[in-house]
Amino acid sequence: MRELKILAVVVVLTLITYWGVEPFAHSQMHPHVDPVNYNFEESDRTTSKEAVEKAQKALAEAEKKADEKAIKGAKADLEAALTFEKTINAFWDANKAAITATPNVANGEALVTANCTACHSIESKGFPKLMDDASTAGAYGVATPDLGSAGKLYSKDYLIAFINNPALASKVSHKFTDGRAHPMPSYELMNTPQEIADMVAYLQSIAPKEMTNKEVFADACQRCHGIKYADMQKGTMGAFSPDADIKKYMGKLPPDLSQYIISRGPDYLGKFINNPQKLLEGTAMPRVGLNQESQEQVIKYLEEIGASKKAQREELGPKFLIYLVIFAIFAFLWKASKWRDVH
Amino acid sequence: MAKFEKANSVGEWLEQRLNIKAINKVMMTEYWIPKDINFLWAMGVLLATTFTILVISGLFLMMYYKPDINLAFDSVNYTIMQEVAFGWLFRHIHGVAASVIFLIIYIHMLTGIYYGSYKQGREMIWISGMLLFVTFSAAGFSGYMLPWGQMSYWAAMVITNLFGGVPVIGDALVVWIRGDFNVADATLTRFFMLHVFLLPIAIMGLIGLHFYTLRIPHVNNQSSDEFDFDAEAEKYLSGNKKESKVIPFWPVFISKDLAVLGVFLIFYFYLVFFHYSFAMDPVNFDPADPMVTPAHIYPEWYFLWSYEVLRGFFFDIAGIKAFDIGLIAFAFANGIFFVLPWLDRDNKILPAHKRPLFFIWFWLLVVDLIVLTVYGKLPPTGTNAWVGFFAAVAFILLFVLLPVITKLDQKRRG
Repeated sequence: MRELKILAVVVVLTLITYWGVEPFAHSQMHPHVDPVNYNFEESDRTTSKEAVEKAQKALAEAEKKADEKAIKGAKADLEAALTFEKTINAFWDANKAAITATPNVANGEALVTANCTACHSIESKGFPKLMDDASTAGAYGVATPDLGSAGKLYSKDYLIAFINNPALASKVSHKFTDGRAHPMPSYELMNTPQEIADMVAYLQSIAPKEMTNKEVFADACQRCHGIKYADMQKGTMGAFSPDADIKKYMGKLPPDLSQYIISRGPDYLGKFINNPQKLLEGTAMPRVGLNQESQEQVIKYLEEIGASKKAQREELGPKFLIYLVIFAIFAFLWKASKWRDVH
Repeated sequence: MAKFEKANSVGEWLEQRLNIKAINKVMMTEYWIPKDINFLWAMGVLLATTFTILVISGLFLMMYYKPDINLAFDSVNYTIMQEVAFGWLFRHIHGVAASVIFLIIYIHMLTGIYYGSYKQGREMIWISGMLLFVTFSAAGFSGYMLPWGQMSYWAAMVITNLFGGVPVIGDALVVWIRGDFNVADATLTRFFMLHVFLLPIAIMGLIGLHFYTLRIPHVNNQSSDEFDFDAEAEKYLSGNKKESKVIPFWPVFISKDLAVLGVFLIFYFYLVFFHYSFAMDPVNFDPADPMVTPAHIYPEWYFLWSYEVLRGFFFDIAGIKAFDIGLIAFAFANGIFFVLPWLDRDNKILPAHKRPLFFIWFWLLVVDLIVLTVYGKLPPTGTNAWVGFFAAVAFILLFVLLPVITKLDQKRRG
């Protein structure tokens, strides 16, 4: 039948165009990256190896073109990639001792209360903030986190790695060169692996079993990021650190996350939070190190705030479509009755 | 004044004063349309419906939208999308209709080209249609600016910059259009005015004109058969409906339109609820930031083909700057369709499949438009830039060759 043939042509051409401007164009603009990996040791070993391979390829490419300047740049990049690979592998090798140690929670409590509470509050255990957020942000660049929920938000391995060397664990060592140091010192130089393991065990022992999505967001993200749509009337959902301090610390003001669930989408957000460097090389955003459950809660919260009508949309859609199918059926019946006389 | 008798019904009362029976005949029951048509002839009614959907949803959105750079983004993404009851639905309906209406416009235009419905007396139908295309494009562009997201801002920046290429007055023209040296609050507010008042009014007027242009030359049919509409209408009215080559607009033609509309609305509302990001680019959910240029700037899909003609000329030729060549090509691409009736030198109205060379020309044009559209979105580097260049050259050549091709078809037919 002729009309169906014409329809097929229209549909096929429309789909080709759609494919070209949507899935195909996006695949070209946003190259594929490795999936989320919550095993941070494995992730770091793989990505540093991939970075070396990429640098080697770039060097080979430059050598093929015999471009002196490009070769020199590529050689320097490769050198840096090799150095970093060595550093990060040695770092995770060193973390092994603490990860495999049998921890002592009581000793951990003594260590944490002696070492950490000068800068960090643990409100649930009666250690209040010694200074308010604005003051700690002024002193350190960013408001310091309460440690009560750390054992819930982060895995044991990540906490050990972070206490040992915060800059390496959170993948921001590129920011702390030329004598600049991460505001939190590296404890690998001051404590034995056993002591690090004890501290982490203590943090895990005091962590709450359940947290709301909002609480996870507040503890994991809100020191730097606001999410103003969560409270437009009273404006209580800004970042804990004052804009000026956090801007100075990060190089630019971290964005408000109100619409990130739409502008970035859950897939990108998951990969980005899991390893910001993978999608935005050189970014000042740290790998926060959230475990799977916490990361999913953060993304859920962004959806609750940024796409609050999703459930309503998904519920209403099918009803609209059913109504329209009925309309179309009646329209076809009417058409058939009117055209019977003229054919 | 005429003498009025007491009316026995509302219909009679109105008939006395407005002569509604005569209007109804002229506009509906005795407005004759050819019988030999396919579903492509329903695109006009689809467009009228989609435009109505845009106007109604637009009115609701206007109740909460704030045309101010400090308020616009949140008024759309917070107030309308999250706070107002079903505000999100109106926004989705509006955003998706704005995109889908261009799909239907392109189908409508290509149908007209395929069946030769633009020439030999139908020139004004074509020209009024092209004016609608231009005003709809302006409405699409100005509307895209209103949410004041990253793409709103940067698309406005890139497109208003183009006017800088106009000789002599270019720079002053850009400032005049923007109302500021930069894309700024003044720009947003004036584009709001254009989008919600001037352009819709112009479109409504042009739709009236477009309908009126059909009156005298009549609607074409799928075999481009020329016949006496009055004689065929006579046949129909005398009860010889099967033999007559015409049908009345109401109810026979409209019954087919509504059936096609039913299918279209299922497709459209599926997009509204479940597949809308092609029309509401996620990048535009980042607030406008003059300090941060997005990694990729591209217009909405329906402008991509002409954007790629603009971008395709990426190197200087014979001392003329790439930007200027691109701009001339862009002006050519947007103007050339207006003169299509005069580029077609064939003196007979026939569907493309009865014009061998024109048939090839038509499908080459469709393929070229799709290639331009797809490459208009890709980063213009390496091979992409060259594909864009050759597709842009091909587009221009197609129109340069059209008079020859159509004349050859006529000659070969003898």
